[in-house]
Amino acid sequence: MSELANDPSERGAGEGRSSLAFLRGHLREYGILFALIAIMAFFQIATGGILLKPVNLTNLILQNSYIVIMAIGMLMVIVCGHIDLSVGSVLGFIGALAAVLIVDLDIPYGIAAVICLAVGAVIGMAQGFWVAYFRIPSFIVTLAGMLVFKGLTLWLLEGQSVGPFPAEFRLISSGFVPDLLGGEELNLFSLLIGVAVATGLFLLSFRTRLMQQKTGIADEPLPFFVVKSVLIFAALVYMSWLMADFRGLPNVFIVMALLIAIYSFVTSKTTFGRRLYAIGGNEKAASLSGINSKRLTFLTFANMGMLAALAGLVFAARLNTATPKAGISFELDVIAAVFIGGASMSGGVGTVVGAVVGAFIMGVMNNGMSILGIGIDWQQVIKGLVLLAAVIFDVMNKQKG
Amino acid sequence: MNQILEMRGITKTFPGVKALDDVNLQVSEGEIHALVGENGAGKSTLMKVLSGVYPHGSYDGDIVYDGNVKSFRGINDSESDGIIIIHQELALVPLLSVGENIFLGNERARGGVIDWHETRRRSKELLARVGLSDPPETIVDNLGLGKQQLVEIAKALSKNVRLLILDEPTSSLNEDDSQKLLDLLLEFKAKGITSILISHKLNEISRVADTITVLRDGSAVARLDCKDGISEDDIIRDMVGRSLKDRYPDRDPKIGETVMEVKNWTVHHPLHPERKVVNDVSFHVRRGEVLGIAGLMGAGRTELAMSLFGRSYGRDISGTATIEGKAANLSSVRNAINAGLAYATEDRKTYGLILDETIRRNVPLAKLEAIASNGIVEPRREAEVAETYRERLNIKSSSIEQVTVNLSGGNQQKVVLSKWLFADPDILILDEPTRGIDVGAKFEIYTVIRDLAASGKAIIVISSEMPELLGITDRLYVMNEGRFVGEMATAEASQEKIMTRIIKTGSERGEDT
Repeated sequence: MSELANDPSERGAGEGRSSLAFLRGHLREYGILFALIAIMAFFQIATGGILLKPVNLTNLILQNSYIVIMAIGMLMVIVCGHIDLSVGSVLGFIGALAAVLIVDLDIPYGIAAVICLAVGAVIGMAQGFWVAYFRIPSFIVTLAGMLVFKGLTLWLLEGQSVGPFPAEFRLISSGFVPDLLGGEELNLFSLLIGVAVATGLFLLSFRTRLMQQKTGIADEPLPFFVVKSVLIFAALVYMSWLMADFRGLPNVFIVMALLIAIYSFVTSKTTFGRRLYAIGGNEKAASLSGINSKRLTFLTFANMGMLAALAGLVFAARLNTATPKAGISFELDVIAAVFIGGASMSGGVGTVVGAVVGAFIMGVMNNGMSILGIGIDWQQVIKGLVLLAAVIFDVMNKQKG
Repeated sequence: MNQILEMRGITKTFPGVKALDDVNLQVSEGEIHALVGENGAGKSTLMKVLSGVYPHGSYDGDIVYDGNVKSFRGINDSESDGIIIIHQELALVPLLSVGENIFLGNERARGGVIDWHETRRRSKELLARVGLSDPPETIVDNLGLGKQQLVEIAKALSKNVRLLILDEPTSSLNEDDSQKLLDLLLEFKAKGITSILISHKLNEISRVADTITVLRDGSAVARLDCKDGISEDDIIRDMVGRSLKDRYPDRDPKIGETVMEVKNWTVHHPLHPERKVVNDVSFHVRRGEVLGIAGLMGAGRTELAMSLFGRSYGRDISGTATIEGKAANLSSVRNAINAGLAYATEDRKTYGLILDETIRRNVPLAKLEAIASNGIVEPRREAEVAETYRERLNIKSSSIEQVTVNLSGGNQQKVVLSKWLFADPDILILDEPTRGIDVGAKFEIYTVIRDLAASGKAIIVISSEMPELLGITDRLYVMNEGRFVGEMATAEASQEKIMTRIIKTGSERGEDT
């Protein structure tokens, strides 16, 4: 029996397509964004407006920066059909390494940071090597890595906390973009950056749409496109205004935004990205199409190691100390964020933006529930259920499709 | 004769499409009833209705079995009435033993504790009935596909089958195993077991079937009684709704100079290095030529092709390959592609397609750099390429944005072909290019092969269907047990000649050892 005619996308092509029908067809992609908006709205009301207070919003971003950074790398690992359980331990280990280099050995923080990123990449390569070239299941390799680096963190720190870091080093996670325009109450420069980025994104999506129309593959109805673009524009401007009202855009926010932009581009527009999705979708077919799946897998793990190292630096700088407990069970938050963001356990499906939104869903819930005074016990329960619900929604939606 | 089954006016609709439209099917007790039709004609849907996969109430019409109207709510209901369906993809657990598989879900047990003695005894009985002498402790994975198929049938027998439904049972079996299976069906018939056989292989059907029902586009268009002397052409005419006089397109071969030459190619089994899967094979292929490699399943043809294509199979590979007179570097798939070689797999779902991705994403995959500049994919060129091949190969789909998992087998095959056409090789190896594809799509694929050869490419076709090889190739090699045992011009070849080469060399080898 031909399934061809059962495909809803095909039927959609014949019928007139209203914005609503389009939305129904793409529930999977936009559902997660709506979930974030709904969760934010809920906590904004439940906390009596505290959630979106400039100081809290800034905090929210600072608190989740390292999860977001790692979720970007994890998304690629998961799309490629693997998993990395070691990222939390690697984060802790790199924080410890940074502390030893900077605090104990007095190495300039710039050089120390470069060393740390390189070590992170090497750790990723060491794990990716076994996964890619010897086909050892990534679950096992990185579970081993998790234990190894947890142990090495303890050894490096001799069980003690090491700190504090020099003030300049701490700027990555506690600094703000200076106001070059000399605004009084408001960080005008930050606001300007926000508006510029929002405008840039708006123009970019407009250009993409024009291109798509030219090739006849535009499938978003016009009203939907307009509403979406205006909403994204407004949200970005509003957020940067809120943050400008506090102390401006945090440095780490800029780092995050750059990473999201770069990795979104790499995964969706480059041949590297195409090949990554192909490997995750069907590794055998990809290999027989001349794709060097081993090298790509290896590089994906190397990249994950480097991003975990970056997250380690951000986290250590934020805490202003390296502790043996840093990073414990972070890998679970990161993996949860990626799956909430719509990635598939079997690989080949998922987007960077989805993973970031997933990370913020977790972040907003953590933050909102803490403000409401919900205990850590129930916070865990609720987060677990949200993860389950998100994946159930995904699977059901796919079956229905 | 008594009617064991009558399906009356079966209509089954899926959202937006009528899969079955007022279908009638009458099966007499103790006959072999063949169900034929192109892919998508509704054969599998009809059998799913019968076996309760689509439960009573989800379709219109009546199922009369054994004189009573039945309303099966699930596969358990139909099985308890003795209706057993064996699907094309076997449902055996590969790492369990034969005995465990036969009684899976129906274990010989007392109070939840398995009675191994009884399991073994009954398994042996059942295996003997299907002609298998392997012990019940054998792990299923260690059996060939033909024997696995027999285990499935033994499993059906354990459930006291009265109506056995086989969906494409021989599609992955070699000639020999297929014959055995068909003989078994005839034996069952003598014992009063009724069978419904779904198959694309018309020669098999004309051999064993008593009655044929032809489905086309969800309707039963003909019921043929084999006593009346039905020819294959009659069946095909009913299947496609038109007379398909020539199953193969006409061609006028223009054969040029040798483009690829392989000498003394030997490949060892990846897990059993002492076994030579390909043994000292030498061949050449010329520009504009369609070269066939005939042989039985397991002869080493796929292994030969995959070992040439970037050493994707085997170990300790030795031998030389020259393309255009120069030694070719085939050390990786990438290098093989760069050297001008392409290989379209026999197993398109496992090795050919990224099933969850669209036509647009699948087509350019082997040559992504051609639609990218500086590593950045240009969506417009990607869409153009996909659209070009969608039109050129007549891939039936809503658009290039259609996900390939939703395409029919023939159209999936066309996507795989598109991928390799876009990679623009000089030598294209096609492994079972028309397996599991309906007659209409086959013709289209033959036409593509003809046009490619006419444009000066060298095409190597591996196929187990001898009429196909005889119909489309210029020259043939016969492969058996890892060796090339014969070469002939297709004009002088016949099915008998090919089989003789295989059997003769097989028995020669047998005498040697």
